[in-house]
Amino acid sequence: MTKFFDQYGTKLWEAIITHLEYVLVSVALGFVIALILGILLSRVPKISKFVIPVISVFQTIPGIVFIGVLFLYLGMVPLTVLIALTVYAVFPILKNTYTGLLNVSQGYKEAAKGCGMSSMQSLLRVELPLAMPNIIGGLRMSTIYIVSWAVLASMIGLGGLGDFIYIGVSTNNNILIIAGAIPSAVMAVGLGLLIDALRKKVIPKGLRGERA
Amino acid sequence: MSFELVWEHLYIVLAAVIATILLGLPLGILAYINRRMHGVILWTVDILQTIPALALLGMIMVIFGAGKLTVIIGLVLYSLLPVVRNTYLGLTNIDPAIKEAARGMGMSTGYRLLHVELPLAFPMIFTGIRIATVTAVGVAVFATFVGGGGLGSIIYRGIHVQNMNLIMSGTFSLMAMAILFDAVMSLVEKKLYRQKKK
Repeated sequence: MTKFFDQYGTKLWEAIITHLEYVLVSVALGFVIALILGILLSRVPKISKFVIPVISVFQTIPGIVFIGVLFLYLGMVPLTVLIALTVYAVFPILKNTYTGLLNVSQGYKEAAKGCGMSSMQSLLRVELPLAMPNIIGGLRMSTIYIVSWAVLASMIGLGGLGDFIYIGVSTNNNILIIAGAIPSAVMAVGLGLLIDALRKKVIPKGLRGERA
Repeated sequence: MSFELVWEHLYIVLAAVIATILLGLPLGILAYINRRMHGVILWTVDILQTIPALALLGMIMVIFGAGKLTVIIGLVLYSLLPVVRNTYLGLTNIDPAIKEAARGMGMSTGYRLLHVELPLAFPMIFTGIRIATVTAVGVAVFATFVGGGGLGSIIYRGIHVQNMNLIMSGTFSLMAMAILFDAVMSLVEKKLYRQKKK
């Protein structure tokens, strides 16, 4: 065991950092894009009726294809991985933002209007906070997917924990597989728990009693 | 592109889904019957789904070696969550009055489960199976990395030889498969829910 860490310790650490960087950057970018698109789409339900099913169809494309196709156009640069992962991160968050905003009951919106809020105020102070638990749910899904797909970065030679899994699988070296698999599993589970904690925080105060 | 790969993919997905149902249904029922087990079971299947697919397959490969069996086991572990959770939720959400009535008629726990509770929970369980199936189609792409074949191999090869047509043909067959499964199963689902309302 100590021999393994002497040999691969720094490399493993680097791989974990690279992996985490890919995940955090693309999820953050994806979150911002998805939030904006989701809000825009929820304002025009007529168009969204056609857009949302299309998005669901795109979601069935596996991440490997995004990375593969972009690789052919952009080549072996980290940007390829980041764009592919960002695009993939957008879908679940976008969908949840949209449904979350749409599911805000009409009564609340009416009440907000009755209080004299502009539609912007109503969005920021009433609708978004109410939709937040749903949006964070999408964020959790995206994050977990992305940790999983970031493994593929090594398919096009760009590091991350996938390196260990790949080399392990192709050389039949079980220790390397485990060395890549366990940190990525721990990363996914850890980020999932972190977001769960965040979700509890963002539930509006007035709703906390009901849910518990 | 050959049809064989499509069949191979389908075979892996179907085998995994059937095994998932056979394993997930009892687990969901167990979680419902045994209060103490329910936290452990739901937590475990939740964690299993969090583990990256390739990592999970890699770890299973350490034990079972490369091949289809590894892929199918991986897919089963990965798709357990929706089936177990929906079985549990479906059983929990049944109107308590109906359960009372069944007990009042002198039905035993087992009889009640088979003849009253499971039929009522079935639409919800089916929804879980649908979600599991569609997810499995996507995750089965990873089969190619552990020697399981399927549509993933054509996409992977396409990326390596930089052949766009190969990638696209693989991707489109995959999307078509996922959408087809989803469409057919949501039709059945709608019928089930309508029957329930009657």
